[in-house]
Amino acid sequence: MKARIRITLKNGVLDPQGKAIQNALSALGITGVDDVRQGKYIEVQLANTSEEQARETVERMCRDLLANSVIENYAYELAP
Amino acid sequence: MLRASVIVFPGSNCDRDVKVALEKITGFPVNMVWHGDASVPASDLIVLPGGFSYGDYLRCGAMAAHSPIMRDVIAKAKAGTPVLGICNGFQVLCESGLLPGVLMRNASLKFICRDVTLRVDNDSSFFTRCYRKGEIVRMPVAHAEGNYFADADTLDRLEGEGRVVFRYCDENGEANEAGNPNGAQRNIAGICDASGRVVGLMPHPERLFERALGGTGGRRMFESALLAAVEPMV
Repeated sequence: MKARIRITLKNGVLDPQGKAIQNALSALGITGVDDVRQGKYIEVQLANTSEEQARETVERMCRDLLANSVIENYAYELAP
Repeated sequence: MLRASVIVFPGSNCDRDVKVALEKITGFPVNMVWHGDASVPASDLIVLPGGFSYGDYLRCGAMAAHSPIMRDVIAKAKAGTPVLGICNGFQVLCESGLLPGVLMRNASLKFICRDVTLRVDNDSSFFTRCYRKGEIVRMPVAHAEGNYFADADTLDRLEGEGRVVFRYCDENGEANEAGNPNGAQRNIAGICDASGRVVGLMPHPERLFERALGGTGGRRMFESALLAAVEPMV
């Protein structure tokens, strides 16, 4: 089973990297961009387990290491 | 006798500078402790040095906060052993939960390496007892992720409890935007825990501890630690 994990900055947390990307897009002449927020995408290949077990494991890895709850949110989906 | 231990993570690069500063100032030999060890030898203080532990992978300090030695550092800190985190060490303290908040990418997105002026806002922590509140000191910073962030409640609590140890300031001691190199909330450069024994700061006191280095702004952090050997904190 594979977990696809997305880690994003919480609303209200400044994202200077997102701003820099937005400026670069503008410099490329790509218009119509109102805002850019960047984050992380992590794929984790899990050993064969039940979906319930997998959710428990992924929750724990997100909480304890992959995301910092002070500034980040996480979301994930499981795929076979 | 002062028994100090410096934790060495893969990617630490200020560990030996701290060792030299501590040994020259206190006169006692310093233990270097590898991150993979299970425990820190009995110590009067522990330093988490600057550098790029684990290559700053994932987030600065995130991997180091879970390395084997940190379990014992956290246990010892909770039992009252003073811990100083400098730069990457401050990031590790935040990631490990010993200090609140997080160090984010500098607002400028640039690595900043220069001297800054700091205002001492707490002269009662274990590592700042030899400074005077309100004093302005000079120390170097060298970081890309030193932009201190915490939610407003946490910031209010830190300020209310006098736990902001150093603030970036201009030459007149004003903690304003002009004096803030990295965008840190409320110009915070360093904080301590409720006991005053766990201190984290982004600037590098070990890089300006004697005249030969160009200044002595950081020296009294180590002298404060030495003071504890003769005059323990209450």
